[in-house]
Amino acid sequence: MLKKLLSCVREYKKPTVLTLFFMLGEAGIETVIPFITANLVNQIKGGALISEVIKMGILLVVMALISLFFGGAAGFTSSKAAAGFAKNIRSDAFSKIQTYSFENIDKFSSSSLVTRMTTDVTNVQMAYMMIIRIAVRSPMMLIFSTVMAYVMGGALATAFVVAVPVLAFGLIMIGKKALPAFRRVFKKYDLLNESIEENVRAMRVVKGFSREDYEKEKFQKSADNIRRDFTFAERIVALNMPLMSLCMNFLMIFVLLVGSKMAISGMGQGIDVGQISAMITYGVQILMSLMMLSMIYVMVTMSVESAKRICEVLDETPALKNPEKRIYTVSDGSVDFENVSFKYSQSAEKNALSNINLHIKSGMTIGIVGGTGSSKSSLVQLIPRLYDVTEGCVKVGGIDVRNYDIEALRSQVAMVLQKNLLFSGTIKENLRWGKEDATDEEIIEACRLSQADEFISAFPEGYDTKIEQGGTNVSGGQKQRLCIARAMLKKPKILILDDSTSAVDTKTDALIRKGFKEYIPQTTKIIIAQRIASIQESDLIIVMNNGAIADMGTHDELLSRSDIYREVYTQQTNGGNDDAKTK
Amino acid sequence: MQKQSKSKNDHTFSRIIKSLFKYYPVFFPLTLFCILFSSVVAAIPDIYIQKVIAIIEKYQAAGDWSAAKVEIMPKIVLLIVLYVIAILATLLYSQLMAYITQGFLYKLRCSMFNGMQNLPIRYFDTNKHGDIMSHYTNDIDTLRQLVSQALPAILRSGVIVLSVFFIMLYYSVWMTLLVVVGVIFMLIVSKKIGGGAAKYFIAQQQSIGRSEGFVQEMMNGQKVIKVFNHEAECEKDFEQINNELYHDNYKAHAYANTLAPIIMNIGNILYVIVAVVGGLLLLSGVKNVSFSGLAFGISIVVVFMNMTKQFTGNVNQLSQQINAIVMGMAGAKRIFKLMDEKPEDDEGYVTLVNADVAEDGTITEADKHTGKWAWKHPHGDGTTTYTLLEGDVRMFDVDFEYKKGKPVLHGVSVYAKPGEKIAFVGATGAGKTTITNLINRFYDIADGKIRYDGININKIKKSDLRQSLGIVLQETNLFTATVMENIRYGKLDATDEECREAARLAGADDFISRLPKGYDTLLTNNGSNLSQGQRQLIAIARAAVADPPVMILDEATSSIDTRTEAIVQRGMDKLMEGRTVFVIAHRLSTVMNSDVIMVLDHGRVIEQGDHKTLIEQKGTYYQLYTGAFELE
Repeated sequence: MLKKLLSCVREYKKPTVLTLFFMLGEAGIETVIPFITANLVNQIKGGALISEVIKMGILLVVMALISLFFGGAAGFTSSKAAAGFAKNIRSDAFSKIQTYSFENIDKFSSSSLVTRMTTDVTNVQMAYMMIIRIAVRSPMMLIFSTVMAYVMGGALATAFVVAVPVLAFGLIMIGKKALPAFRRVFKKYDLLNESIEENVRAMRVVKGFSREDYEKEKFQKSADNIRRDFTFAERIVALNMPLMSLCMNFLMIFVLLVGSKMAISGMGQGIDVGQISAMITYGVQILMSLMMLSMIYVMVTMSVESAKRICEVLDETPALKNPEKRIYTVSDGSVDFENVSFKYSQSAEKNALSNINLHIKSGMTIGIVGGTGSSKSSLVQLIPRLYDVTEGCVKVGGIDVRNYDIEALRSQVAMVLQKNLLFSGTIKENLRWGKEDATDEEIIEACRLSQADEFISAFPEGYDTKIEQGGTNVSGGQKQRLCIARAMLKKPKILILDDSTSAVDTKTDALIRKGFKEYIPQTTKIIIAQRIASIQESDLIIVMNNGAIADMGTHDELLSRSDIYREVYTQQTNGGNDDAKTK
Repeated sequence: MQKQSKSKNDHTFSRIIKSLFKYYPVFFPLTLFCILFSSVVAAIPDIYIQKVIAIIEKYQAAGDWSAAKVEIMPKIVLLIVLYVIAILATLLYSQLMAYITQGFLYKLRCSMFNGMQNLPIRYFDTNKHGDIMSHYTNDIDTLRQLVSQALPAILRSGVIVLSVFFIMLYYSVWMTLLVVVGVIFMLIVSKKIGGGAAKYFIAQQQSIGRSEGFVQEMMNGQKVIKVFNHEAECEKDFEQINNELYHDNYKAHAYANTLAPIIMNIGNILYVIVAVVGGLLLLSGVKNVSFSGLAFGISIVVVFMNMTKQFTGNVNQLSQQINAIVMGMAGAKRIFKLMDEKPEDDEGYVTLVNADVAEDGTITEADKHTGKWAWKHPHGDGTTTYTLLEGDVRMFDVDFEYKKGKPVLHGVSVYAKPGEKIAFVGATGAGKTTITNLINRFYDIADGKIRYDGININKIKKSDLRQSLGIVLQETNLFTATVMENIRYGKLDATDEECREAARLAGADDFISRLPKGYDTLLTNNGSNLSQGQRQLIAIARAAVADPPVMILDEATSSIDTRTEAIVQRGMDKLMEGRTVFVIAHRLSTVMNSDVIMVLDHGRVIEQGDHKTLIEQKGTYYQLYTGAFELE
């Protein structure tokens, strides 16, 4: 898993290695400085020459400047490495998602993909930065300082033999207890926030039933629960401070007491004032390094979850692959289903489609009706190979769709999805998704035929009107007409409309269908609709029920022989949308 | 302008501190005291180091440890005692701080949530849900950081810096001046770098927003992208956005990351300068100026070196906290703003009570559930009258506007007698939903009058008014709970049997029984494991168990396919029996059998009557009915 993620470092290996190098240098100098200072102090105490003191002082300042350079440079290189790493992860994940088939997309929900691309990447980035900055520096500091302390202090350094294991043990225990406690709390915290979101979303229900007090009580309970768990977790971590103080203070007393004894009885041979002062500095450095290590341990473990989630995205194999030998041209718009069965995932118990046989000639208009869950959408999604069949085969232009280059196939099979979308950008930009180099005339023509030109022209900025994210500034019916125009611009061999005119009135609906006849007469048109009126005049109407073709034929044929068809038709004609009157 | 915002910040800060004192009148001051104590003690070793080194100097020449021991031991013992107390104080304050922080956040969360429940619907209609949510997530998190870490750290570092400063003065004024000059230089540098970091952090925030927006849109539209073979273009667009984010990200962190080493190494340089200058002063025999009156000695130089480390280390700590403070304050400001939001006012005094109806028609208040309800109406003269709850709703010449100067309804009058079904028909924005929003007082009318059973609804207590009105909306919202609990939401004291009965009435019992755990099936994520139609049926059952005399059905069946609609429609028809019903529907089939159909256009009633009359009029309704108009 880690390997996959680390492969995203790529061109940022250089700043990463540089960071490690700079950090190493900084740690080295930082541990040498107290050593030299100790000598300086002893010299001053011993009444050395002023020139000697200044010489040593300059040496020390130069070392501090080098250390400053190392530290500053590491600040830049580490940021560059981490930001670049994150950039590459995002880029790789995004590209990977672009190769996903519908099956892969269904597996992850879109909101979970968003979290993985944003929050999770940020977590990993921060962890990476911490690791390259501290994971090398702190252990190095720890080792250098201990070595230097022994070299210089000898017996005095035994203090560390006591303090370091105590602190290390304490930190490990705290980490061990705190981590699971925090994990639990964060899970609960997420649940709490989800329930707040639910409350905000359902505010009309809450107020409609005057359940404000009930909601408050419910919230209070879970908030109190969180408080208790959170306090518990935080209190464990809060033990860090006194533990640190304890070790620090122990060191201080040990060094002062033993140090002074050695300094006096040794008469300044070996241990002197300078060494005592340096030992205190080393003590601080060593304990701080331990503290830092425990901090990054916690951080890194927390980000492991994020790393796992990102790897899931990167490791997913696209369910569809282009064949080795590909066919790039689609000869005509004929569609054949031969003994097709289909289920959405291999683990699914039930087939979404079973044993479908269907032959559509190029240029025909096909209507599909059926209740929700009758697999109308599943049927048509097999044509542009959005999913692969489980059994049998689907042919377009007489050739199995699995033999085409996917892009070539889809450029000839336009589909207006049921859950359709416009993207932020102008209307024109949105329409050009259908044909990148479409001229203004072509765009206007497509819109006129899809009955969108009229309302677009009514906008003050016409075709340059900005569409908000999610297309919230156009109505449902307008959106549908724009989506149809977008698909029509492709001038495809096959056009599929999956319940794409549900928010359009019957008259406009009829005009759109007339548009199809004039603009794309050769194109095979497959229309899924709730309204019988939308498909009544089709050459062939397919009635779907429970994933199978219940019946097919013309309107009149079906009316006389299909119960389901008749039921829907009667219901609609007795209802408001009496289609006979539109004619 | 800047000054004003600063004073506002001060206000936010003092409010945080005040609330902390208010919530924890004993613990919080105790915590502060412990922090103070432990920080002062943290500065004390410097004095002891000086003393011990002075003793070493004194006895070293003779190498007489036993004589030195007598002088050193009492000092060490005292130091140990101080240390033990300080560690205990640290232990106490860090534990208390964890307790206080979480308690404080708990109280903030609760008052925020409680306050939010009382806000008018307008607030939820005009604020994005994501924005409201971020109060509970981002803002609370930044505040947690502020209270639990930044606040103690600042106090601690501040006290240490001050104590060390005074100890320095105690030993040598010249050396102190040297350190202070160094620290001022350090502060200037950190401000410079900090400013650069802040600039890029803002830029980074914007890039993050942009990239998240893009990613969100693309992930949602992934299927459309596939259908149009648009993958390569999207990757190209993303590449650009991603690069911008990288750039800002890199710059922001680079500034922030360089700050610490630079300050630390300026500290190192200062450390060296202190040693050298101290040595020079010592060797050249300059006279010391100090509060202690001590002459220069190696003991003072060493102690100054240590104090310089401590001083710069804590200044560094302070500068590290600046970010947390700025963010925490911004978060706190938003939280307080939500808490200060004006709640829905309710001056209503007419309440709904259980009623006994005597044979002669006189109504008396009952203390238990009787199946009959009455409006209890206390009057100014001390008398109280009771009006039976029947569900008679009338609107007289109602005007309304959501935004000043943009009227939505003009002189709308609607009369609904008990048991009648009134339908509203019209294009999006014609004002259908607005009317229902006014009846249950989600919004208040600008002019005109609405009466419920003859009582002006402004006089009715809002919760009681809403109890007497049931609503089923197009967008079904179910809660994370079992099916049974979701139905019971309509009437909290309903028995299981009552809930089942309501489900049967709605036609939901059938499918619920077939769920894996029946009525105990857990619904999550707004009932995502159910179909749209099934969710709607549960919502209908929920309204049915409340058994209100008046129902509002707002587009309740519009997103359901025709066949499912037939089932839902049966549930609805059952629900409507014997009630006053206001219905808004997309499909005219749902409203055809209404007693009155009101056709709305731009906030005006343009036609009204029953289906037959309106068809005969051959007006707008006729055109809608025949599909010549778009209903959106």
